[in-house]
Amino acid sequence: MLPDPSLKIVIVDESPVRAAILEDGLREAGHTQVVHIDDTANLLARVYALDPDVVLIDLENPSRDVLEQMFQVSRVVKRPVAMFVDQSDTSSIQAAVDAGISAYIVDGLKKERIKHILDMCISRFNAFSRLEGELEQAKTALEERKVIDRAKGILMKMKSLSEEEAYTLMRKTAMNEKKKIADIAQSIITAAEMLK
Amino acid sequence: MTGDSKKLRIGFIPLADAAALIIAVDKGFAKEEGLDVELIREVSWSNMRDKLNIGLFDAAHLLAPVAIASSLGLGHVKVPIVAPFNLGLNGNAITVTNDLYKALTDNARGDLKDPKVSARALADVVAERRRKGRDPLNFGMTFPFSTHNYQLRFWMASGGVDPDQDLRMVVLPPPYMVDSISSGHVDAFCVGAPWNSVAVDLGIAHILHFVSEILQRATEKVLAVRASWAKENPDTFRRLVRAHGKAADFVEDGKNREEICQILSAQTRIGVAPEVIRRTLDGKLKVSPSGDYRESDRYLMVGRLGAARPDPVQAAWLYAQMVRWGHAPLSNEMLAASKAVFRTDLYDSILGKGAPLPPSEPGDGVGAFAGPAFNSDDIAGHISTWKIRRW
Repeated sequence: MLPDPSLKIVIVDESPVRAAILEDGLREAGHTQVVHIDDTANLLARVYALDPDVVLIDLENPSRDVLEQMFQVSRVVKRPVAMFVDQSDTSSIQAAVDAGISAYIVDGLKKERIKHILDMCISRFNAFSRLEGELEQAKTALEERKVIDRAKGILMKMKSLSEEEAYTLMRKTAMNEKKKIADIAQSIITAAEMLK
Repeated sequence: MTGDSKKLRIGFIPLADAAALIIAVDKGFAKEEGLDVELIREVSWSNMRDKLNIGLFDAAHLLAPVAIASSLGLGHVKVPIVAPFNLGLNGNAITVTNDLYKALTDNARGDLKDPKVSARALADVVAERRRKGRDPLNFGMTFPFSTHNYQLRFWMASGGVDPDQDLRMVVLPPPYMVDSISSGHVDAFCVGAPWNSVAVDLGIAHILHFVSEILQRATEKVLAVRASWAKENPDTFRRLVRAHGKAADFVEDGKNREEICQILSAQTRIGVAPEVIRRTLDGKLKVSPSGDYRESDRYLMVGRLGAARPDPVQAAWLYAQMVRWGHAPLSNEMLAASKAVFRTDLYDSILGKGAPLPPSEPGDGVGAFAGPAFNSDDIAGHISTWKIRRW
């Protein structure tokens, strides 16, 4: 499927990083008319003013309900907009909701024309949450490392142990008590502070 | 025991009318029934509908009209929903800016607490603004297929205000309502607790009406499951409804109120001060920045006076509003399908048939402040009595 540069795409996302990742992907795919809205005040009026063919919104955004109003035709509506999915599309709605994104398109736009857009968004959203997860893990690991090092220092001083012996002692205790070594380390720090 | 799954994921929106669901889980009634429930706090009704529809949630705290719209396939994928238990009747309020309140007071011919008077006063304010060439008023509500939308429309249209022509109805997520009033984006809104109280406490708005002044009985939120899920998990389904029955009784027992407010106020639940939830459950709300209070025993009804028992008349009333405002076509099939969402039969078979409603309750099951009694078998007749309509 060839990219369709005539399509105007609006991204509603409060995460600037994720929106940028999405925007890059859309531009790489040949879409030149991409607008990012990060502030959702007066959202409906802004969307109408931009008059997009496709609106993408992240599911953590409470303003998704605002976009739903586009279905119920009222006089402020310039043209009706319908959800991407229809009855035959449960697998794509599932994939989109799992990834945390939803899409709205102008009524009458053939869905084949934007299938690749949604697919791309889903994969970028998934990649973003993987990255976020990894970042979170790395942060936690770093925090735990610091706690373990401090506890090790306390044990070495109070029990005159070598660094290796202090670590072994914590690991053994953790295994016996079926706890994480970082939790044991935290208890040592807490206890040491109380006994100060 | 059957092979049903006993591990459930249930979505809720942080609102006071999620009380029975939250208490069912946090107070252990679900566990007593052998259910392991994970409650998931959602940010939008669209998410709730989608996650229920595709099976990410087994059950949901859902706006009553969304359960009907989903079952009819209005504006979205058609997924038949079963609602065996009402989480709440009433509980919404209409709040207006101090400016609009003053304009209404100036135009009131009678007591503004009377919705007939306030609706006519609104018509006068609208006409005056038009004469002066001012922008139309903006009214906030929570979702296109919401009780709030239909309650606002019913009220204002009775006074001669056309909600589609004379002013703008705008969807706003409840947590943004108060901001939107203070920034001047909306002049009024209809929302559930605690957001009306938050705006009044800030001194920027008046509560004009409890919605129970407009409709004596209005099904607000339901416990919703997919019809297919109810069929595949009959045992779990019964347990879930039983747990809700116990929870609603617990919520309505006045001596538990403090404990309930504590549980509901948790950050991972509703996340507001226990005192604010207390006012909602007590039905005693501060309605003006200067400190006037209004009290009603109909403000939010969780289980009392047959509030939890689904009533097909209520489903028909909501469907009638959808037809009236051009949100749904009129057909006997759709009327029957709407009524079939609210499952009195399942409620009765699981929890036992409720006592007949006392004389305090409206004979037509709705008790609207205007218009003839509602006849759930004659939607066309009901709509024809109204001048302002899209049908």
